[in-house]
Amino acid sequence: MDFAANLISTGTLSQILVGLSRTTILFIVSSGMSLILGVLRIPNVAHGSLYMIGAFAAWTVIQFLGGGLFAFLAAMIVAPLIVAAVGFVLERGFFSYLYEREHLMLLLLTFSFALILGDLVKIVWGPEYRSVTVPAFFQGSAEIFGLPLPWYNFFLLLIGPCIAVFLWLVINKTKLGKIARAAAVDGEMVGAVGINVGRIFAFTFVLGSFLAGLGGALIAPMVNISLGMDHSLIIETFLIVIIGGLGNMWGALLGSLIFGLTQSLGILVWPQFGIAFPYLAVVAVLVVRPRGILSSTW
Amino acid sequence: MRRSAAPLLLLLLLAALLALPQVLPRFHTYVAAIVLLTALLATSLNLAIGYTGLYQFGHAVFYGVGAYGTALMLTRSGMPPPVAFLVGPLAAAALSLVMGLICIRLSKLYFGMLQISLGSLVWAVVYRWYSFTGGDDGIHGIPLPDAIASPKGSYYFTLTVTAVCAFAMYRIVRSPFGKVIQGIRDNPVRAAAIGVDVRLHQLASLVIAGFFGGVAGSLFVVVESSVFPDMMFWTFSLEVLIMCLLGGMYTFFGPLVGASVIVLLRVFASVHTQYWGLILGTILTLVIIFLPDGVLGVFARRSLPKEDPGA
Repeated sequence: MDFAANLISTGTLSQILVGLSRTTILFIVSSGMSLILGVLRIPNVAHGSLYMIGAFAAWTVIQFLGGGLFAFLAAMIVAPLIVAAVGFVLERGFFSYLYEREHLMLLLLTFSFALILGDLVKIVWGPEYRSVTVPAFFQGSAEIFGLPLPWYNFFLLLIGPCIAVFLWLVINKTKLGKIARAAAVDGEMVGAVGINVGRIFAFTFVLGSFLAGLGGALIAPMVNISLGMDHSLIIETFLIVIIGGLGNMWGALLGSLIFGLTQSLGILVWPQFGIAFPYLAVVAVLVVRPRGILSSTW
Repeated sequence: MRRSAAPLLLLLLLAALLALPQVLPRFHTYVAAIVLLTALLATSLNLAIGYTGLYQFGHAVFYGVGAYGTALMLTRSGMPPPVAFLVGPLAAAALSLVMGLICIRLSKLYFGMLQISLGSLVWAVVYRWYSFTGGDDGIHGIPLPDAIASPKGSYYFTLTVTAVCAFAMYRIVRSPFGKVIQGIRDNPVRAAAIGVDVRLHQLASLVIAGFFGGVAGSLFVVVESSVFPDMMFWTFSLEVLIMCLLGGMYTFFGPLVGASVIVLLRVFASVHTQYWGLILGTILTLVIIFLPDGVLGVFARRSLPKEDPGA
């Protein structure tokens, strides 16, 4: 009765649209996770830290350039590049020597990076909250089917498909992408035909890190940028990747949609424990398809 | 460590632990109790991850549920305390069974990732359910029976329970059941081929690990007389995993050593610095790179008869 009334209210659709625009960010971050998982077989626990660094770096770039639309757009590009550089250092400096180890060790290594990066962020940016204001260009709301949707959320809804298409092109149409897919299936064989697998791994890790940083930069105007934003994100990303199928990029898209929809509807239905609904969705999916909705590379 | 020396060393250790509160000041006795129960927690995790080969990434949840079960029974029900101390671990074992049934069909890393996610759901529910669990404040000032309310009393209680549980787990590992789960760890396909019900044994091992994790949680209530949701946050789960790794995952006593090292380091580091993550992360990185078998693993390897160096 109460629940149903909540659900059928006029705000529902715009609530869902806002929820979906946040899901766009989750998709960007989890597609990065999915790439790294698919090719390198590492569930990157430090992915959340990279996302957090992306948000903090975006704040710094905007401060440095003094605000405005230009500064904002510059931050959306520079911050992910900074994160990609961090990813490059991690991959070349550590992972590249340790691929022979068990997955468990690699996972714990990414956890140790999450711990270290978390504290480094605290040292560099301090423990205070930071916030980024949406530039004037994006302020105000669009009307979608007569419902208000903030322009920034509208922008995010556009960005998501662009990223998906971009990733699809990189993975399916470039030589690098094709080799990366081959390496995901059988890295040893790819090495045996004379391709430098190490470079492919580095490329994948850097691209994945870039996506994590981009997600962090994009979410910067919507949340308080704070320490600890990495911790909740990583679990959400895990769930999305599990629903979709490990290492499958389209799975990440589908997983994000399911996650975003169940979450925003769940919060409408049951505000206190709405967060439980995406988990129920995961369990339901896994009962029917234990390896995720789409076939994974594993 | 030669085999004949081991029981003697253990007896010496036990004697030292018994004498500890007589010589140590209050705070150090408290730290020693925390070390003991954390060692129990790490050892219980090792049953699942080291002996059964299941990637149990959400172990702190069972610890937390054990603690909350006991704490809620002590504060909200009129039941006698011994019942409360049973309910906590049993709740942890039950949750372990439910989560196990959901996760067990998945392959290694997949299992771990789903478990850590489901565990985080439990955390989120505890964190938000103010009317029942006290939300993010947790529960404080839990009434304890007089005998175990004093620091010394709680220490001896913790020591006794930890010793009994450690002995029980040691026997489990050495039993035929223990051999079977190690066989499953080493080669599940072969184990199934000789007629072992792999799923059933894995589930049983998860439930046992969850139960002892819950016991550690109940002991936490005795030592701290409070509980809070962060004790079941996923980062702590991985921290317990680090303890196992640091001590040596394929040894029985490794996790005990690892837990002692990490807990003591944490206590002393927290006095001097707020950057515990930086310290722990650096240690972990070094251990993974240089000591992948853990501290005791190195000794175990050295004491083994000459093996093919390439293996």
